Amino acid sequence: MSVRIERRLRQPRWLSVVVPLGSVAFAFVTIAIVLAATGHNPAHTFAKLFQSAFTDSGALSATLVSATPLAFTGLAAAAAFRMNLFNIGAEGQLYFGVIGAIAIAVVLGDGVAKPVTIAAMCVAGAAAGAAWAAIPGVLRAFARTNEIITSLMLNYVAALVLNYLIFDSHSYWRDTTSPSAAVFPQGKAIPDAATWPFATIGGIAGGIAVPLGLGIAAVVGTALWVLYKHTRFGFELQVIADSPRAARYAGMRTRRKILAVMCISGAIAGLGGAAQVGNFDHLLDPRSLQQQLFGYSGIVVAALARYNPFAVVVIAVLLGGLKNAGFALQGVDFPSGLVGVMQGIFLFSVLGGEILVRYRVRLFRPGRVSRTEPAA
Amino acid sequence: MNNGIFVVVLASAVAYGTPLLYAALGELLAERSGVLNLGVEGMMLVGAAMGFWAVQKIGGPSGLVLPLAVGVAALAGALLALVHAFLVITLRASQIVSGLALTIFAGALGLSSYLGNDLKLADVPANHAFHAANLFGLQDIPVVGPVVFGQTWLVYVSWLCVVLVALYLSRTRPGLNVRAVGESPQAADAMGIDVVAYRYAHTLAGGAFAGVGGACFSLAITPQWTNDLTGGAGWIAIALVIFAFWRPDLCLVGAYFFGAFQALPFQLQARGILTQVPPEVFSALPYVMTVVVLVLVSSGIAKRRLGAPGSLGIPYVREER
Repeated sequence: MSVRIERRLRQPRWLSVVVPLGSVAFAFVTIAIVLAATGHNPAHTFAKLFQSAFTDSGALSATLVSATPLAFTGLAAAAAFRMNLFNIGAEGQLYFGVIGAIAIAVVLGDGVAKPVTIAAMCVAGAAAGAAWAAIPGVLRAFARTNEIITSLMLNYVAALVLNYLIFDSHSYWRDTTSPSAAVFPQGKAIPDAATWPFATIGGIAGGIAVPLGLGIAAVVGTALWVLYKHTRFGFELQVIADSPRAARYAGMRTRRKILAVMCISGAIAGLGGAAQVGNFDHLLDPRSLQQQLFGYSGIVVAALARYNPFAVVVIAVLLGGLKNAGFALQGVDFPSGLVGVMQGIFLFSVLGGEILVRYRVRLFRPGRVSRTEPAA
Repeated sequence: MNNGIFVVVLASAVAYGTPLLYAALGELLAERSGVLNLGVEGMMLVGAAMGFWAVQKIGGPSGLVLPLAVGVAALAGALLALVHAFLVITLRASQIVSGLALTIFAGALGLSSYLGNDLKLADVPANHAFHAANLFGLQDIPVVGPVVFGQTWLVYVSWLCVVLVALYLSRTRPGLNVRAVGESPQAADAMGIDVVAYRYAHTLAGGAFAGVGGACFSLAITPQWTNDLTGGAGWIAIALVIFAFWRPDLCLVGAYFFGAFQALPFQLQARGILTQVPPEVFSALPYVMTVVVLVLVSSGIAKRRLGAPGSLGIPYVREER
């Protein structure tokens, strides 16, 4: 018996639903095997995971907290990856969003109405993220420099900027007055007027607190979908991504578009930074930001969602749940590192499964003429 | 004189550059066959964890345990590369996304952290580690002594590897075949070269080298296991391959160049030189330099003369031309 992979002439619609579901099922089986092999009861672990991600009291609220930044970085990655621009700098762009949002919040202080402050934070965060993303964008558009490496290198630079602002300078972002700041350097807290609200849904067990940031992420996702599907700008982007040569012959401004996509991607990541500060952190905390790896996880989210903005928000909630559960369960039941392993297995399965959409795999016996006609 | 800042930075540039050199040589082999593997960071981290584990578990004299541990690290790296190879060569998945997935799977929040904690590698001193070899007893001669003769065996083996990889690619039949597979798999296939086998072999070799590069941290530089101990070295290694125009000899130069920038801030701080410049500026230099060099490399002439392998990142499907 031997295996042959043939291109499908037609791709049935049902395949694009069944294959990802099959991939996820395959991933669960693989993870179960990994868990069993390392001496954990898979059924028990999965049940625990589900409980501490979604059904325990307060679990869903905590999951939404973890999901919000992932939704933003996932959208940022999806916006760029769909155009074959591999911006993996969402990490650094989010840091700059944090810096920008805090700066404007502290400047405005308590004297301004909350909605105004929140809007200003969104604008400042998005602008700062877009500015940081513009560096690899300009280099890619005008010097044809590979954006993967440059955007990634700038993540490390952005992380060092955070460290500098808090640990090695008396910057505007650093708290120099409170007694605890004298013991260990810490960031300046944003005023109360700049903290973002939560909407409470349902009355059971205190209800589910939905952060404003997640709502904004959903709006951004919809806007992104409209932009890419229903505008001339989006259409031109598709052409440039599919065939740069055709786009050039049609007179499309390729370089500007590349820069625009990078800036949109960076702005979304920066907005994520503003949401993280407004809804949860309330100050600049370099250590915590750098440990969370929001930017890199966003790539996982976007790839699993196959770059569909709506799917990104859903996947962000699911992976937020996984992260939150991993955090809650950390210990004997759930060793650290398992979250990354599980995310990786999901990604590998979904990536590997995609071949079944485009190709069919056939078994045949060598030495015998195949009865079906050969692929065209 | 050998304690002067110049010599110390030079000597530690070689030490810090060695993991970069191993990883970059591996990535170079994979890329020369047309496979881009962005999972270097993950493979290095797992190599570091498994190498350290081997040192703690295997009993015997250092001379036996350490090479075995390096072998374990190489094997771990190669196994991870196998996942990537299967996905991108057999299943024709996107090399970029698969490589990123590999780093997430194996990286600081994934397998390497799992292994390190599960095998209880954290906060224990190494049973064996690579120390400065003092080759021919010449460690104390000025300048050259610490830089050339006072390094660990990992460094000397890395020099041998550079020579071997360079000769392999430019002077042997399989080396020629690899380059053909990377430039034009169609032509190579028509010549009767097994494209799939070559790509698998070199992706695995790349993983093995990355594993050894990771082991340089846990067996020589640190020498301990901590989570995320490579600190982005894998990504620098990928940039280094571009920096070196896909040539092993230039990888050596580039690796020590980046190594020097990693060693410099620490030495400046320790000696109280240039204290008015924040240390972050020096820490950021390797990353900024990478960007600058990439921009220079990607400009016109350089790209045309010494560019990337023609089919880098493109899956090869025989029936689709």
